[in-house]
Amino acid sequence: MNAASPEYLSPDCLLRPGNTNCGGCGMSTGLTMLGRALENERYSLVIPACCGIVTAGAFPTTSYNVPVVASTFASSPAYASGVAAVNELNPGRDHKTDHVICWAGDGGTYDIGIATLSAAAERNEDLIYICYDNEIYGNTGGQRSSATPAAARTTTTPGGKGETKKEIIEILAAHHVPYAATLSIAHPEDFREKIRKALRIKGFRFFLIHAPCPTGWKTEPAESIELVSLAVRSGVFPLYEVYNGVDYRINAEPDGTDPAAYYAKQRRFTGQEIDLERVKTSLRRKMRRLHQLASLNA
Amino acid sequence: MNMQLVTGNHAAGHSMSLAGEANRTARGSVCGVYPITPQTEIVEFVARFPFSKGKVIPVESEHSAMGVCIGASLNGARSFTASSSNGLAYMAENVMVAAFYRLPIVMAAVNRTLGPPWNIWADQGDSLMFRDFAWVQLYCDTNQDVADTTLLAFRLAEDPRVMLPVMVCMDAFITSHTSMEIEMATQQQVDRFLPDCDVPHRIDQSHPVTVGGMAFPQETLTHRTDLDKAMKQVPAVLEEHRTRFKEVFGREVSGALTSYRTQDADRIFIASGTISITLRDVIDEARENGEKVGMIRVKQFRPFPSEELVALCKAATRIGVLDRNYSAGTGGIFWQELRACMQGQGEHLIQGYLVGVGGGDVVPEMIREIVSDLGQRTCAAAPIWKGIDQ
Repeated sequence: MNAASPEYLSPDCLLRPGNTNCGGCGMSTGLTMLGRALENERYSLVIPACCGIVTAGAFPTTSYNVPVVASTFASSPAYASGVAAVNELNPGRDHKTDHVICWAGDGGTYDIGIATLSAAAERNEDLIYICYDNEIYGNTGGQRSSATPAAARTTTTPGGKGETKKEIIEILAAHHVPYAATLSIAHPEDFREKIRKALRIKGFRFFLIHAPCPTGWKTEPAESIELVSLAVRSGVFPLYEVYNGVDYRINAEPDGTDPAAYYAKQRRFTGQEIDLERVKTSLRRKMRRLHQLASLNA
Repeated sequence: MNMQLVTGNHAAGHSMSLAGEANRTARGSVCGVYPITPQTEIVEFVARFPFSKGKVIPVESEHSAMGVCIGASLNGARSFTASSSNGLAYMAENVMVAAFYRLPIVMAAVNRTLGPPWNIWADQGDSLMFRDFAWVQLYCDTNQDVADTTLLAFRLAEDPRVMLPVMVCMDAFITSHTSMEIEMATQQQVDRFLPDCDVPHRIDQSHPVTVGGMAFPQETLTHRTDLDKAMKQVPAVLEEHRTRFKEVFGREVSGALTSYRTQDADRIFIASGTISITLRDVIDEARENGEKVGMIRVKQFRPFPSEELVALCKAATRIGVLDRNYSAGTGGIFWQELRACMQGQGEHLIQGYLVGVGGGDVVPEMIREIVSDLGQRTCAAAPIWKGIDQ
């Protein structure tokens, strides 16, 4: 890459120039970071129905610089299991097996695809599964998913969602997968390091990316990184890893930032009565539990 | 000659496994498998086969079983699976994708009644719900036919002129669980019959494309007309490979249609699957009584062999279609197809008979009634239900 040609204009990067993603899209930034982490690696993506496949653009062009297989909504881990099995039978250059990565939204992960995901995790398929979690059905205009946080207004919860978000990392940990971790686009070095680490692990690896969706969250595109940074600092989205379902490690400690700012910046919470004291208590409890789990292997 | 007494399921499992093993010289074979009565023994057979370059993935649903096959096929492996009834219904979304991605996947469909009410007996309503999904569909009558058609299916599916998935259908229990003595293919023969599986549009690191992204109406129209072109190739390609089959295995495998005593027949009966075997006996009886009757067994439902059927039926004045399936609000599905292709072909009395819907036995007496009914009929009526307690 020469200085005159910035990375985002290079056709060699994972997400090529000319894609039509929204400004401030957390998924888009996540793809850029994934591409950087996987430079010089051979891999394919399997993407179910979600913004990630719309990203490719219209036939015959594609915004992706690696082979991509579009799967039906619930099926990405099943299609990917098939792709990975053939790779395993046909090792490529230097007898290395090409990586297979599922890139899916929260709808395809937490909701319609959870049985397929659970089954692939239980079979310990040699896959990397990455969920970019924008906490909404973004592609269809913003309906609630089981990843939508309590109180958020969506088109199907116009009065605010009454239920709390599923803990997907805990669900994956309960499958004893070799590796499960959260990623934040506000922590690019941690992001890169954990992806690189995952490449050296065999079996099912799961990542959760906190991915702002300005159109769904009713936020300013320019504030996406700041939002997810606030989420890490306030403990709304802790950065941590789980090895083999038991070995917990915290990658970034919350610094005591008040979650109020995180909520205040998002108009999906406007008009909702959020009991911030209760939120803080629940976040403290969640961190305490993570610390306890992390201390078990100290 | 290697004769063995095996069930229809065993025949299908054996042929699929040998076909999978034959691809060890290329990218191997991978299948997703999931049990459902009455096909379970097929996937069990495949799961215990000692593939030298193959992997069987026991998944959590039929939907994922086909998902695994799609992923594997798009990565260049030979891929196959089996299902039945509600399992096929659950698999449906990915069944459609397999064809729309032009993947040469072979699936054994053991025809079982769709529930509810829960019923495990034979009825073709399950695979026939895929009639508009761009799969080639072949309906078998005997266990030998299952074994041989399964091998033929791979050759047909993987032919570059076709490149479409193929469903090999057989009747629940009557075929799947009944033993017949058949001639078993050897690995050596299958290796000769099946070339390496080459999926020309498989994913490739050196030429990254997005398979299955968005397309506008014009591109989608081209995609659909390409499916049509591929379907139109099937009859000729099937005949070519039947010839090759005979060269390798030394026996005939049945083709799209099998006509029997139709030449001077004024009444022709049409059936598929095991019913055509019983029908054949009844035709012989009626012939002995001097009746001018004949029959056609339809094996290839998709593409529907319209021209050939028209040619065979042209001289008959009455045509009776026996359907072990029912499309609510109309009638039997083969009957509908036959009526459609006989449009404008002259005056024929075409009568539909619904036989064994929901899995009841279709006995010779029932067919004798049909043969006699068609002979006395002055005009066609709505499809006639048989086997209902009066």
